[in-house]
Amino acid sequence: MKLIVTVVGKDQVGIIAKVSANLAELKVNILDISQTILNDKFTMMMSVDLDESFSTITDLKKKLNILETDMHLAIQVYNEEIFNYMHKI
Amino acid sequence: MNRFEVLETIGMINNEKLDIRTITMGISLFDCADENPVRACEKIYNKIVSKAKDLVRVGEDIENTYGIPIVNKRVSVTPISLVAAASKTDNYTIFAEALDRAAKETGINFIGGFTSLVQKGFLNADRILFNSIAQALSTTERVCASVNVASTQAGINMDAVREMGQIIVETAQLTKDRNAIGCAKLVVFANAVNDNPFMAGAFLGVGEAETVINVGVSGPGVVKAALEEYKGADFETIAEVIKKTAFKITRVGQLVAKEAARRLNTNFGIVDLSLAPTPSIGDSVAHILEEMGVEKCGAPGTTAALMMLNDAVKKGGVMASSSVGGLSGAFIPVSEDLGMIEAVEAGALTLEKLEAMTAVCSVGLDMIAIPGDTTAETISGIMADEMAIGVVNNKTTATRLIPVPGKGVGDFVEFGGLLGRAPIMSVNKFSCNTFISRGGRIPAPLHSLKN
Repeated sequence: MKLIVTVVGKDQVGIIAKVSANLAELKVNILDISQTILNDKFTMMMSVDLDESFSTITDLKKKLNILETDMHLAIQVYNEEIFNYMHKI
Repeated sequence: MNRFEVLETIGMINNEKLDIRTITMGISLFDCADENPVRACEKIYNKIVSKAKDLVRVGEDIENTYGIPIVNKRVSVTPISLVAAASKTDNYTIFAEALDRAAKETGINFIGGFTSLVQKGFLNADRILFNSIAQALSTTERVCASVNVASTQAGINMDAVREMGQIIVETAQLTKDRNAIGCAKLVVFANAVNDNPFMAGAFLGVGEAETVINVGVSGPGVVKAALEEYKGADFETIAEVIKKTAFKITRVGQLVAKEAARRLNTNFGIVDLSLAPTPSIGDSVAHILEEMGVEKCGAPGTTAALMMLNDAVKKGGVMASSSVGGLSGAFIPVSEDLGMIEAVEAGALTLEKLEAMTAVCSVGLDMIAIPGDTTAETISGIMADEMAIGVVNNKTTATRLIPVPGKGVGDFVEFGGLLGRAPIMSVNKFSCNTFISRGGRIPAPLHSLKN
């Protein structure tokens, strides 16, 4: 299952490192990263693959929730299919 | 994956209240008929619980997997008048109570199908069901009742219309300690559809599969937000914007419906191309019409704006789903739409204007609170007018009128939750008693020589 992870918040040192480390711990493979500063905010979008991982989408969300609170970020996880369905004919 | 597309989708869900309004599982109860009513109720309970036991969990799993909220999980069943007809009893309240128990056991919030189809005439069972509606709605919590009293093929059964006026008054009386909430769960239809996922009018009609998943989407906030970018644009332009937005909304419904059907090991029925409002801020159909340029919903131009909105939603949605059905269109339930409530309070929106609006959109005079002293005949008269609009235009229309005992124009009534709050609306004071007392059937309209 491919997921889209979005991370938005105040720019600070180590966001990508910490998000990536969390994903690696669950053996979630990163396929693509795009990151920019949008309206003064750090905005990152990751495409990740859950197939090799031992964790479920719920476990992943829980783990990222902790990071979200620690670093004052907004992290969201969506199944990629919803974007494909909505935007591709 | 295009970043802007991802952000657009996330914005729709987080800021503009895009959600799946309901996943409704249709369950056929034909095989539950039994001469012994207690046994029939047992079979009904067991069948619903066994078929729908995973509905709520699967709904929550899909919500979690795709990140899209699914507001309601519900069940619709075969019209009870058809199932209970075999049972020897003169009161069907126990059937409603069996449905209510099954709803509570499975964790769904509403179950629809305490229903009679009497557009052309009454079965004995329909008489019994009619006599049981008020009691059934007062002793149950989650059961929704509906009655089809008219169709384009059969005309309007005016005996049924007269009786439904009386039943609505009776239901209001029996549930007066709860602001006549029984009437909020009772719909009177013309041209009712067999695959409607929306309450209170959902039932699983004849000709449908054993079990089926029907999905209703929502998203008035998304349409309004899209239109905000096109202030002053002409109608061709905004029709295009609405079509594109409706396509996107409906695609999500299609994804969820197919996934739910797969996980529940049942058939995917239809996606209902609906714009269904809720009482929360940013989720109003009236506010879309106001965004188009009418000062308040109900001002001159409102009917034209609604016609365009409704048509564009269908045009955009049809291509997005492999199977479209249900009520499909914009809903205008007064108590469930913040903009409608405001418009009534401001004096912009009247019952008569709402009636005109129902000629060009989905459903009808929906969730309208009227003074508690409104007579049964007047309620039947309003109902007959609404049925006439449906019958002659070959479309579904309905009424869900709530005469709130002890309340008058200027008062407010709170139903809570998705049912919202409603201002009591003024009703024309002149009588239609002689008209309603005639009885019989208004013949089906001619379908040629159209002008």
